[in-house]
Amino acid sequence: MPEEGMEDNKGREERPKWNNKAEYLLTCIGFAVGVGNVWRFPYLCQIYGGGAFLIPYLIALVFQGLPLLYLELAIGQRLRMGSIGVWNSISPYLGGVGVASMVVSFCVSLFYNTIVAWVLWYLFNSFQDPLPWSQCPLNHNNTGYVKECVESTPVNYFWYRQTLNITPNMETSGSLQWWLVVSLATAWSIIYICFIRGIETIGKAVYVTATFPYLVLTIFLVRALTLPGSSEGLIYLFTPDWEILKNPQVWLDAATQIFFSLSVAFGGLISFSSYNSQKNNCERDAVLVGVINSATSIYASIPIFAILGFKAHTNYVTCLNGNILALTNEFDISDMNITVENYEQWFDSLNGTHPSRVSDLNLKTCDLQTFLDQSASGTGLAFIVFTEAVISMPGSQVWAVLFFIMLFSLGLSSMFGNLEGILTPLHDLKLVPKWMPNELFTAIICLVLFLMALIFCLGSGNYWLEIFNSYVGSVPFLIIAFFEIIAVAYIYGIGRFSDDLEFMTGHRPNIFWKVCWLVISPLMLFVVLVAYVAVQAQTHPTYAAWNPDYVNFPDTEVLPYPDWVFAICVLLSSVPVISIPLVAIYRLICCMSGRHSKGSLHNDPNPYVNEGYVVES
Amino acid sequence: MLYRPKADTIRRRWQNNSHICFFTKPESNLCWVKCTKRIACNKQLHDLQHGQEGMLVWVLFLLCQGVAPALTQDLCQRDAPNGYKVRISLKTALGEDAYEWNQSEMFFFRATMAFAMRRHFQMETYNVDNIILCVQTSRVSFWFVVTSPDNATMLIPKADVEKAVRMARHRINNAFLLSDRTLEFLGIHPTLAAPVNPDTPPWLIVFGVVIGAVCAGIIALLVSSLLQKRRKEKGMTEDGQDEEDMQVKGVENGINLDGTYNRGFTDDDRFTKL
Repeated sequence: MPEEGMEDNKGREERPKWNNKAEYLLTCIGFAVGVGNVWRFPYLCQIYGGGAFLIPYLIALVFQGLPLLYLELAIGQRLRMGSIGVWNSISPYLGGVGVASMVVSFCVSLFYNTIVAWVLWYLFNSFQDPLPWSQCPLNHNNTGYVKECVESTPVNYFWYRQTLNITPNMETSGSLQWWLVVSLATAWSIIYICFIRGIETIGKAVYVTATFPYLVLTIFLVRALTLPGSSEGLIYLFTPDWEILKNPQVWLDAATQIFFSLSVAFGGLISFSSYNSQKNNCERDAVLVGVINSATSIYASIPIFAILGFKAHTNYVTCLNGNILALTNEFDISDMNITVENYEQWFDSLNGTHPSRVSDLNLKTCDLQTFLDQSASGTGLAFIVFTEAVISMPGSQVWAVLFFIMLFSLGLSSMFGNLEGILTPLHDLKLVPKWMPNELFTAIICLVLFLMALIFCLGSGNYWLEIFNSYVGSVPFLIIAFFEIIAVAYIYGIGRFSDDLEFMTGHRPNIFWKVCWLVISPLMLFVVLVAYVAVQAQTHPTYAAWNPDYVNFPDTEVLPYPDWVFAICVLLSSVPVISIPLVAIYRLICCMSGRHSKGSLHNDPNPYVNEGYVVES
Repeated sequence: MLYRPKADTIRRRWQNNSHICFFTKPESNLCWVKCTKRIACNKQLHDLQHGQEGMLVWVLFLLCQGVAPALTQDLCQRDAPNGYKVRISLKTALGEDAYEWNQSEMFFFRATMAFAMRRHFQMETYNVDNIILCVQTSRVSFWFVVTSPDNATMLIPKADVEKAVRMARHRINNAFLLSDRTLEFLGIHPTLAAPVNPDTPPWLIVFGVVIGAVCAGIIALLVSSLLQKRRKEKGMTEDGQDEEDMQVKGVENGINLDGTYNRGFTDDDRFTKL
């Protein structure tokens, strides 16, 4: 039939399509660029010797990140299915890889959207004057400030008490914090409205969520560079310490950072590229997404560190002013005679003449380097360190709102990929009853995820989130990616894969890609996996608890995980990946029992694709 | 530290040692010694009275008694039991516009304190003379005590002074263009500002706006999808051509057929008849 002959090979039914290439690219970039680019990469850069860290990072990108990215985009585009369908097609025995991807995406969606909910809570609270985290609240009888707040800082108090209402340890669960439930409901509603019509609405949403963070980062860059102390922060960040490259931990962290930053092994990228037409140059797309992701990380670290330098400078000046006031009051020196500039001379002269009185004052040692060393990553960076810096900037509300909207956009665009990694495989597995419209199915999944994520709204929710983040969001991905690359390179065959790539992009992959897929990437992944597990297994895991009754409060109390929690951690790491061997064994049994396995490439006869007609162009 | 009396009292130097001593209150028999050590001078006084300088000393004694202003000085001292220390930070508060702290400003302070006492006790008799200042430093800091208007030797207790200052604190601050932090009364803590408690927390308002917009969007999109589907179904049953699509999907006469429609056998009438 002439019509069928001239059309492209469509899927078994009309598969949704991207409106244009820009939407597809923005969605992939948005998925890859997440909150980790803003709050994890700068921290790693700082603790691993600044500019020197870029070397292991870029090496990991080129030899591990880009090949994996290209692989996922290519198989998704070629086989035009979600992660489960794709791995079933490649090899029925490795169908478990797809299931593992889906389960891991499910777990990550749970806690990732809770972080988005926290960002929303802070965003809602940024529309006040003064900002609620800038001052301590009064206690009940208005005689003084709340004790917990005075002992720590207002910023810490707002985060740990007024936001999380955190319990002193993991055994105490506490109750549901209604304001967090409300924020979580908002987050899930926003996700739902973006997902209502599938990629049609996602494609519209990413025009905003993927581009807005860059705008905000640029605004912050310009603002931060005009603040005092910003240059110290930048020098501190980028001064390379070449000695650090001898530490294997640096290479390990660079590899894991690149890996998690690109969001491979979630299944989301496979789903997104499956909506493309097959004649799309996915090689260029992969390189583009990978390079933009790393460039964003580096670009984001500049304003972040300029602002952290400003914060350190402010803290240093405050510390010095405290000392100056104490000296001025004790020795009745004229007001403002001692300034930040001549403090050293005054201190030396006063210490020489009246050493006992000076030592009785218990002056604090103020060192700019110490303040710069106070690094933080993750939620600590966003909700404690950055909020403190924002208070000292003129026009705090504007900066706070901008910052939290940026974090919200970053989180939202990453959530699109996470949720896509759940929905598309379920559609492809035909688990959706035919009578159920897509909107209802998406609503049900969002509702189920929301209800399960209520654990993180308990008093001990933050501790559970840290567990999910460390145990689900790490080892399972490494294992899945390793199996992915082995499956494509060795089981599907590099020859067949090269043919597919030639069909899609018009040329065969060059020697670099082949060598990476065959040797370098699997080897790197294996080494990283083994090293990661070895490092984790060396110490009994502990967590930092916020306990106002602790002796050294406001330092966090380091507690070991209780045994039942540790068991849950191990389960979280292993259950997602257990499907890989399980499905393999199941298929083996089916095969051996002689039943005709449904392992053929396409389960149902496809009226659109009749292998008897090949397109000739 | 030497205690410096008024000019018309006479200092007397003993011959035996370099102590400089003069009488403070007649009834206390105490005297200040150069190294700020207070010693009971009974023995010395006895020696003086019965010694060679006895007469001269008695003259001194009487002179001391007559000097009223000297008494006010000993009411106001550092660490006075009924006094307060005041600390002013002009440059911190006003920067370039800081005025100079001189005797006129000290007078202004005494007048302001007298006003505060009048206001609190509602007695019109407090005057500038009732506020005594001493121990001035270049910080700027000084001590002050308040004497009763009826009896110049009696001090107003600390608690009453505190109440007066608390009541008039705002006025005192404004008189000097300073704040609670830059005009400190050591020992009188500033009252903390009452927290602003809006009826609805602001974050709830923002949340309400956002969730309202999102819900409206969800409903709008769902309704439009529904309408689109209904329109499609209507369009399909009216248009015969789309029957074939329904057949392809395995629906014929409204019944789901098993298997897939084999497009090898279609109704060729769809195509243009020659």
